[in-house]
Amino acid sequence: MTNRRFFLRNSALAMVGMGRAPLWLQRALYASDAPSPRKKILVAIFQRGAADGLNVVVPHGEKAYYNLRPTIAVPRPASGSDSRADAAIDLDGFFGLHPSLVALKPLFDRQHLAIVDAVGSPDPTRSHFDAQDYMESGTPGVKATNDGWMNRALPKEQEPPSPVRAVALGAVLPRSMEGRNPAIALESLQAFQVRDKQAAQEFQQMYLDCKDPLLRSVGRETFEAVSLLQSVRQQPYAPAGGAEYPHGRFGDSLRQIAQLIKSNVGVEMAFADIGGWDHHVNELGQRASEGQLATLLTEYGRALSAFWTDMGDRMADVVLVTMSEFGRTAHENGNRGTDHGHANCMFVMGGPVKGGKVYGRWPGLEREQLYQQRDLALTSDFRDILGELVARHLGNPTLNGVFPGYTPKFLGLV
Amino acid sequence: MRKKALVALACCLGLSVLSGVSPYARKKVDPSRQFHKLISRNQRIAHALDRLTFGPRPGDIEKVRAIGLKKWIDRQLHPETIAENSELGQKLKILDSLSMSSEQMVQNYPTPQVVRLMVRGIVPYPSDPGRRAMIQKEVQRFEARLKAGQNPNLPEPPRPLNELLSRAEVRSLRTGTPQYRMAAFEALPKETQDQVLVSLPGGIRQALFTAAPPDLRRRIELTAGPQQIVSRDLQEGKLLRGIYSNRQLQEVLTDFWFNHFNIYLDKGADRYLVTEYERDVIRPHVLGKFRDLLEATAKSPAMLYYLDNWQSVGPNTALARRARKTRAERGLNENYGRELMELHTLGVNGGYTQKDVIEVARCFSGWTISNVQRGGTFVFNPRLHDKGQKVVLGITIPAGGGIEDGEEVLDILAHHPSTAHFICRELAQRFVADDPPESLVDRMAKTFLKTDGDLREVMKTMLNSKEFWSVGAYRTKIKSPLEFVAGAVRAVNGDVDYALGLANEVALLGEPLYRKVEPTGYSNASEEWANSAGLLARMNFALQLGNNKVPGVKVEVAKAAMDLGSPEFQKK
Repeated sequence: MTNRRFFLRNSALAMVGMGRAPLWLQRALYASDAPSPRKKILVAIFQRGAADGLNVVVPHGEKAYYNLRPTIAVPRPASGSDSRADAAIDLDGFFGLHPSLVALKPLFDRQHLAIVDAVGSPDPTRSHFDAQDYMESGTPGVKATNDGWMNRALPKEQEPPSPVRAVALGAVLPRSMEGRNPAIALESLQAFQVRDKQAAQEFQQMYLDCKDPLLRSVGRETFEAVSLLQSVRQQPYAPAGGAEYPHGRFGDSLRQIAQLIKSNVGVEMAFADIGGWDHHVNELGQRASEGQLATLLTEYGRALSAFWTDMGDRMADVVLVTMSEFGRTAHENGNRGTDHGHANCMFVMGGPVKGGKVYGRWPGLEREQLYQQRDLALTSDFRDILGELVARHLGNPTLNGVFPGYTPKFLGLV
Repeated sequence: MRKKALVALACCLGLSVLSGVSPYARKKVDPSRQFHKLISRNQRIAHALDRLTFGPRPGDIEKVRAIGLKKWIDRQLHPETIAENSELGQKLKILDSLSMSSEQMVQNYPTPQVVRLMVRGIVPYPSDPGRRAMIQKEVQRFEARLKAGQNPNLPEPPRPLNELLSRAEVRSLRTGTPQYRMAAFEALPKETQDQVLVSLPGGIRQALFTAAPPDLRRRIELTAGPQQIVSRDLQEGKLLRGIYSNRQLQEVLTDFWFNHFNIYLDKGADRYLVTEYERDVIRPHVLGKFRDLLEATAKSPAMLYYLDNWQSVGPNTALARRARKTRAERGLNENYGRELMELHTLGVNGGYTQKDVIEVARCFSGWTISNVQRGGTFVFNPRLHDKGQKVVLGITIPAGGGIEDGEEVLDILAHHPSTAHFICRELAQRFVADDPPESLVDRMAKTFLKTDGDLREVMKTMLNSKEFWSVGAYRTKIKSPLEFVAGAVRAVNGDVDYALGLANEVALLGEPLYRKVEPTGYSNASEEWANSAGLLARMNFALQLGNNKVPGVKVEVAKAAMDLGSPEFQKK
């Protein structure tokens, strides 16, 4: 755990001062109607606590699944008219969505949602902290990496970059976004300002003059972003298409990401997280559609679906990808829960996505097929998915800079 | 030359030169040398106050100088020799849940389970009107959720305000300054007051709260519900102690060790167990033996609940075998076993395997809680214990054991060199530098092993080191949100009437107290706190505090806001 954050960054607004307002700023300031090449956008969602992939995307065609989980398996999809609100929602005859993810079924059907199964980090750690750290740094097994994959994945800019090109929703900047490119943490758009104008100017000067390089660079980024977001903050926001975000932090995060993207202020990367997936005890209620996992998945599914609806046509530029540090044991534990496991599933959604399909080779759940005879084995590396999105969607070809020491194998998701 | 060119090219392309290492590594001025350069005599007192307290109050430097720095540190290392601030006692008195046992808390601030028993007529409603009002509110919420039909045991529903009061009375509660509304409220007859409190809309209640004397504030708080009280008392207690306690190092260490053995307040029964945990498990041991602290946490209902061990059943017990037949849900749970080694003792690289996790979990099977919903006490239940042989970190624990299996694991872990190193590195990271020099950590670890994990001796080794008093340490860390908020109030000698407003600010800054979900706790590396959301929140807090806008706190310094929000004040 060495110091990770100590990067000297470019100042964007300094360039404006010199009379060379970059494109994103011109667009933001003058709301130019002229068509301009719209940037591609990547949104990453982290499910902290290790989501139980096997109960999220249910391998209902696998007999072993039901043997391993006598009390917490999601029932097979109902056949014909005999539909049980409680059963998995069939996707392809083998996999099905947890019933609380019903909001995502239309996205899958319209081929805007792809699922990758048996995917994750090859590092064997079952520590939440280490596994999250590895996934966010993008370098499993390497602790010395001092920046995050999203920061490294930002394409090289010809013009001074927007101060909000990388935005994370939350009170702290996630590991994924740390690095030399400007990246801001934003708890909420409303709170993202100094409430007193006079004081704001004085504070700004103090931080620009400050001798501490870390506080100086964070301070500068902050004030640049604050002034850029001023106009966004002042406009009331109504989600489009009747999208209804669920109450709670995660829904709020996605709504504000949508608002930022639609404001054309130069967002290229956004990050949000949702915690509470560590279900060692009573993962499901009496039925699959009740209990802790169901509640969380309902919030999660509704938020993703609302984001998709709200974004509308803009989804053509956007890909959203989800991840969680590792999966959970294939067998249930002694308390109707699951312990820390290995491979998991990832969701990839957006206009450019070739959805409606479950990607990845399924390794099976028979004892000899399991990783260390207990967990779902890994057949895709999470960097295969992220790497493909970075290269093909964001158009950043320097993948060995983003995922050093690893060559991602593309699955053909976009 | 060639290498230089390669590096330059690689940087342009965003390539990494060394596999796995980012090219943007920190430009270092050989940091180890910074830990050899000592700070000046004048800086030493300020440094000690920065690191061993929640920040200096005006006049503190002079006070320490008068006592002598060495002697002051020695006193802080023996908190029992320091007379506690009587003002703190006064302020804590109203937060009565802080001095209750978990069982008393359940009686006085009933859990939802107990409230349900009251609704069913099995347990009587409390006779005290304030507490009855609290239950009334709770039942309302409960009923609203259930949308249940008629129930003869329900307390009377609250009457609308306009039935209780005249139009003029309602108007005077609705309008004007909090002080004005407060006077209007106090003019009401005592019996009406309690009824009115239950019926008040949120806005008026909030206004009254800001102007109310402590006992009325308590009556208002009661209507927010029993669980709210417990959580508020905890947060307020932490801030008040941080701001007012004379035993500053003890409070800093309590914060450190609670975070090391973190528990999330909102996980089920833990809502009623954390108070006792911090008061009786953490605080008394922060300068004692690590082994005692470890065992106290291992046997605390709070930890047993948080990391699920109370539900863990040995796989070879009759109970588990029966459960398997009936497909009931009892068996081994690895959660505590893993975090005990990864986070509490050895550290993630401390040399244990997945097999060890399972073996340790087997040793702790049967460590459970009796009466978990009624306060809860630790018990060892031999029927849940796996009596087979276990091998932990290569050491055989023979078959046939009972509670001593787990205790032996604690012995093994508490005295393990990996534990010594891991604990000392964390302490050094908190007190010395985000990336503390290995030489210092090694010396602290040596003390740890030599003194049977005596935490006071470990602290002494650290405080006697040149690294602690070096340029590499001095003002190189960024205050945590709690340190910043408590430190700001101390710096301007603020008078805290109640600390709820401050606690809310700490949460806004990114460190909700007692609410870190993950067992990792908050990072000890302070650079985590340097980000745009946090900085803005700090500046806004500084403005609020400086302009006397933080509810419950009064400050007299006029120009404080700009200083408190400045980059300099974020550091320690």
